[in-house]
Amino acid sequence: MNRKIRDTALVVATALAALVVVAMLAVILLDVVRSGASAISWTFLTQPPSGGMQSGGVGPAIFGTAALTILMTVAVVPVGVVTAIWLTEYAAPDSRLARYVRLAVSNLAGVPSIVFGLFGLGFFVQTLGRGVDKVAFGGVVTYGKPGLIWAALTLAILTMPVVIVATEEALRAVPRDLRDASLALGATKFQTTFYVVVPQAMGGILTSAILAVSRGAGEVAPILFTGAAYFLAELPTHLNDQFMNLGYHVYVLATQSPDVDKTRPQLYGTVLVLLLLTFLLNLLAVVIRVRARRASSIARA
Amino acid sequence: MPTAALPTKIEVQNLNVFYRAEKKAETQALKDVALEIRDREVLALIGPSGCGKSTFLRVLNRMNDTVPGARVEGRVLLEGEDVLAKGYDVVGLRRRVGMVFQRPQPFPKSIFDNVAFGVRAHGLTDKNEIVRRVESALGRAALWDEVKDRLEASALSLSGGQAQRLCIARALAVEPEVLLMDEPTSALDPIATARLEELIHELRADLTIVIVTHSMQQAARVSQRTGFFYMGNLIEVGPTKQMFTRPRENKTEDYISGRFG
Ligand SMILES: Nc1ncnc2c1ncn2[C@@H]1O[C@H](COP(=O)(O)OP(=O)(O)OP(=O)(O)O)[C@@H](O)[C@H]1O
Ligand SMILES: [Mg+2]
Repeated sequence: MNRKIRDTALVVATALAALVVVAMLAVILLDVVRSGASAISWTFLTQPPSGGMQSGGVGPAIFGTAALTILMTVAVVPVGVVTAIWLTEYAAPDSRLARYVRLAVSNLAGVPSIVFGLFGLGFFVQTLGRGVDKVAFGGVVTYGKPGLIWAALTLAILTMPVVIVATEEALRAVPRDLRDASLALGATKFQTTFYVVVPQAMGGILTSAILAVSRGAGEVAPILFTGAAYFLAELPTHLNDQFMNLGYHVYVLATQSPDVDKTRPQLYGTVLVLLLLTFLLNLLAVVIRVRARRASSIARA
Repeated sequence: MPTAALPTKIEVQNLNVFYRAEKKAETQALKDVALEIRDREVLALIGPSGCGKSTFLRVLNRMNDTVPGARVEGRVLLEGEDVLAKGYDVVGLRRRVGMVFQRPQPFPKSIFDNVAFGVRAHGLTDKNEIVRRVESALGRAALWDEVKDRLEASALSLSGGQAQRLCIARALAVEPEVLLMDEPTSALDPIATARLEELIHELRADLTIVIVTHSMQQAARVSQRTGFFYMGNLIEVGPTKQMFTRPRENKTEDYISGRFG
């Protein structure tokens, strides 16, 4: 009898906790959609902010976020995938180097993102950038300042663990029999890896890329000191240009505008655009994962 | 037929194989096995589960290299040359000694690309020659009529029996001298099994075949000679007919009469 009451209480408590989470999410979404939807228009999506950020739009921020994300993906995916291939396919099981790489990867995943920002400033902007200036531009500051390329590389390092771990998982899911079948045909290890294992794991590898994108697209701290601009009417055209960014723009609108109440519609609109972007990316990840799973379950049937 | 007249294709001497799983002690999977495989014969290997049949087969084309912790001692002479020797060209060996596995493993590619895979991996680029090899391999594997109109379809769309014949075609396309088959019919229905056995008969004209099977009837139907493994030892090997009618060893008799295993 007593136990029954305790069980029921537990069920009610967990249900309530779950309800709180769902309710909070619903409130946030509802609030953002209700207040942000009216701000969204063609002008809002294409024009730069104007009138002390109380009118205009977020065009440059959308463009900047997209450019940043694409550059980051181009940088992180090849390096991350090759690292994962080395870890799962080539490193000996007792390899000390592989152990250190794995350790580094899991530690990297736990570093707060602001630290990546400081690292990017110290390493990319001040060390690498200034080095490039000294060698290639006679000391004229060209790359030794915050810019798109440095922000993208900083984000690439931040998202590297996601890509490595997800790719490793995808590679490990490829059955050993399939590798054996290829090797037994007289294919080399390299041919087996790149013509059999990687194509089979492609769904998972693409998913890892998209996970990296949705992780990186909303980050603000790593790009604060490495390239994001407070306000720029022009779109970035060079890798060393600064750029606007949706996440950073939300922060700016919420805290830096002269009149916070008047910028509120703009703020909600920006948040909604950012949410939609992230949501779309996640949806893409789910679709790809489902398709990959279906393909591999046919392979095993 | 006069099996004694066939020359030796592979000679296995003092073969010992050990496995080490994680950090545990080594276990010996094969103990001092010596066996001769003759050119263009079908040799069947039988024995209870875990006796080392697959292990033996995988030594012949060095597939055990891919098993972490496996150690192989002894000599395996392919036409007189020791394939276990250090520095032996393993990739080249697997082109000469092909393998078909228990469960068909078609690659998630088209039927054509599956069969062309090995040929291409070996560096053949001449389109006409690739097509010729694929068509002839599919023909020899008795699959051509069923797939000739859908070579570009995914190999994953094939039935189990077709997929297994595709894997045989894939192995044949690289024109091996020896074909190793590890329980190739265990995932197939009786009709597909009968077709495969028929195929083995035909392939014998130009291939040496070693087949592992759990079915005595199958061994009796397809092979000229049979070897019986028990707990890592090769107990006896001899002409198939003799093995099933008057085996020399008591253990063999017990096994084939179904007293254990
Ligand atoms: N990768 C491995 N690691 C450790 N031990 C193994 C490994 N592969 C096989 N063994 C062991 O070696 C012995 C022989 O195995 P093998 O697979 O050769 O037997 P088999 O005769 O083919 O059996 P089955 O008829 O069930 O296929 C078994 O005791 C098995 O447990
Ligand atoms: Mg076996």
